Amino acid sequence: MTARMKNGVVKYFKDNIGIIIALLAMCIFLVIFPTTRTTFLTPKNVFNILRQNASNLFLATGMTMVIILGGIELSVGSVIALSGVVAAGCVVNFGLPEIVGFLAAIGVGALVGMFNGFVICKTDIPPFIVTLASMNITKGIALVLTGGSPIRCMTDTFKFPGAGYVGPFPTPVILMIIVFIIAVLMVNRTQLGRHIYAVGGNAQAAKFSGINVQRVKFIVYTYTGIMSGIAGVVVASRLYSGQPTAGDGAEMDAIAAVVVGGTSMSGGSGRLGGTLIGVLIIGVLNNGLNLMGVDSNWQYIVKGFVILLAVYVDFIRNKKAGR
Amino acid sequence: MSEQYLLEMRGISKSFPGVKALQNVGLQLKAGEVHALLGENGAGKSTLIKVLGGIYHAEEGEIYIEGQKVKIDGVVAAREAGISIVHQELVLVPYMTVAENIFLGREPGSKLNINRRQMSKDAQELLDAYEMHIDADTLVEHLTIAQQQMVEIVKAISFNSRILVMDEPTSSISDKEVGFLFETMRALTKKGVGIIYISHKMSELEEICDRVTVMRDGQTVGTKVVKETNKDDLIAMMVGRELTNYYTRDYLTPGDVILKCEHISDGKMAKDASFELRKGEIIGFAGLVGAGRSETMKAVFGLAPHMTGDVYVEGQKVQIKSPVDALKYGIALVPESRKEEGLYKVQSVRFNSTIEVLSQFIKSLHVNAKKEEEITQKYIDMMATKTPSQEQVIGNLSGGNQQKVMIGRWLATDPKILILDEPTRGVDVGAKAEIYTIMNDLVKQGMSIIMISSELPEIINMSDRVYVMNDGRVTGCLDHESVTQESIMQLAAK
Repeated sequence: MTARMKNGVVKYFKDNIGIIIALLAMCIFLVIFPTTRTTFLTPKNVFNILRQNASNLFLATGMTMVIILGGIELSVGSVIALSGVVAAGCVVNFGLPEIVGFLAAIGVGALVGMFNGFVICKTDIPPFIVTLASMNITKGIALVLTGGSPIRCMTDTFKFPGAGYVGPFPTPVILMIIVFIIAVLMVNRTQLGRHIYAVGGNAQAAKFSGINVQRVKFIVYTYTGIMSGIAGVVVASRLYSGQPTAGDGAEMDAIAAVVVGGTSMSGGSGRLGGTLIGVLIIGVLNNGLNLMGVDSNWQYIVKGFVILLAVYVDFIRNKKAGR
Repeated sequence: MSEQYLLEMRGISKSFPGVKALQNVGLQLKAGEVHALLGENGAGKSTLIKVLGGIYHAEEGEIYIEGQKVKIDGVVAAREAGISIVHQELVLVPYMTVAENIFLGREPGSKLNINRRQMSKDAQELLDAYEMHIDADTLVEHLTIAQQQMVEIVKAISFNSRILVMDEPTSSISDKEVGFLFETMRALTKKGVGIIYISHKMSELEEICDRVTVMRDGQTVGTKVVKETNKDDLIAMMVGRELTNYYTRDYLTPGDVILKCEHISDGKMAKDASFELRKGEIIGFAGLVGAGRSETMKAVFGLAPHMTGDVYVEGQKVQIKSPVDALKYGIALVPESRKEEGLYKVQSVRFNSTIEVLSQFIKSLHVNAKKEEEITQKYIDMMATKTPSQEQVIGNLSGGNQQKVMIGRWLATDPKILILDEPTRGVDVGAKAEIYTIMNDLVKQGMSIIMISSELPEIINMSDRVYVMNDGRVTGCLDHESVTQESIMQLAAK
């Protein structure tokens, strides 16, 4: 058993060596660089990076499964907005307990995911189009409900999931670990996980294998919706408010983390372990650029090139390995 | 010396990371001959052809055309040297018309204003010249696979090539269409075209080829005149050993009826098929392409939503609405098209071997990896699959080994009834013989097998009884003692 675990760890490093080096290189650079030397490697900053990127990890676990399925999910960012608004609205406008607001928010995420899954399964419309539509619909609902202005909610309980602590650890970091373990178990330790790879690798063959292709797709999109709902709760809690503009572009950060993590856009292959590193790379990059005082407009440009470079290096490495 | 050859390839070597794909390979093609290139999968035929077509660059070796040394450093250079290749995989654009496909990249008229009428007319003339009943203005997606193949050939010919390479052109077309194809080939050779013909079908060699070059393990074994050799010699050259028993079959007395199907229809290709299968029996399904054989079996397997008809397993009437139901009643189906319906190409041999039987080793968030490896190994051993490891990505295996993994995958479900749809398509002779032996072993152990095949020799030599289908219906059933190619063809064209 221990030998097997050791093998697993070795394999993990071997599979992800390119991006692990990239992540370490970024960290080393930030530790050496004059303006970030004293600020980067502090417990406060490290927790800060994790806290800010918890929501991206929630989205990216779902996105990894969706992309392995050969699909794409663009509505996750809008779900962050809608679910955050619903959470805050329940508390502020209806005087409901915070926990009800949180559950309602996650429920809204699940509903959007089920809607995506249902339409994708019942029609032949490509996931790109379906989720592009639901992205707009969801965002629209969030704006209509709020009239465009944020709903502020300052109670301690509301702040707990995004800005609170469990002992010395920020709550979102704890949530991040729990979500990641659940996702890993789901993908690697269940029949459903194998079925996701099978459907993404060859849907026609999966049908011959007696796999209920539609059920697999429905579950994955629903799961992703739920994760987006949780991300929405965490983001709203961190911002002390439900904002209809929260989560703008979050889907792109999630997709970036997944592809940097080595999951192929053509479906059928990919690993959550890679996605985790992908999320950290994007997170450290954002954080480092901020600490270095790089203008936020320039940050987009740098980020774009770094994503391209990371994926390209991985692509070359795989080609050499003949995969 | 080399003047007499239309094409001569000398000392060609090409390696890929870790593999020497070609080692000092030579090939000589005369004008006006059909020259067969034989070899098991992985012998290097395709690599050699890709070198000739300018897709790969050989590290060593020279190519001469009519005694002149030529440098082929790209697809365009190959075409300019008069070489055209019809690849095994079709490379037509489905949403364009036949004419557009034939003239793709060299449309008549100016760059901005294509003369569509001219293009359509020229294409139709070409098609008519070879008596292909295809309208040049049809969209390619509306053509059958066989028709698409014909368009590929017309396209290749239309470059006025002197050297034509055909990579397994008959693997997916019916016998009648093969006849057409051969006539076309003969017409071309009369004009002085030299054809390199790759095929796994021995019977075709005798019919159409003049000479044959055999390759094995990236080397040329030898070149022979087809009339002066025979099938056994060639097979021995290909596999490097004598294959004494190509077909292995011990005919035993079959048991009770295990599967009975009546009036099977899927509302489309399968119209009204009835047949029965006894325990320990192999029944063959013969017929032309499009006769509805695969569709009938898919309907029985629960893959046709509008299926009608009755299925009885061991005398009990059963409702099979999905492959899950079929597996429950002990029916497994190894699909016809490995690539589209079977393989998870980017996944490992292990993943591909165990996808049907996950419940045997994944329980309550625990994967019993040891059990998973055991199951995989059991069927690798049983099928004698050649793979470097269980982690090997299946897409990197040869066709024969991929097929063995496919059959193993379905055997792992422990079926009583095994349906094999074209079990040896694209499989080399060595692996074919092994698959026949395994089929024989399985029925001896009491399994019952339905085999759909378009290769008559395999149907005739392996089946207890042969059902022949035409237009979605069973037109007859022949006993193995009386079955002949002629009797099958009569029923198939009824």
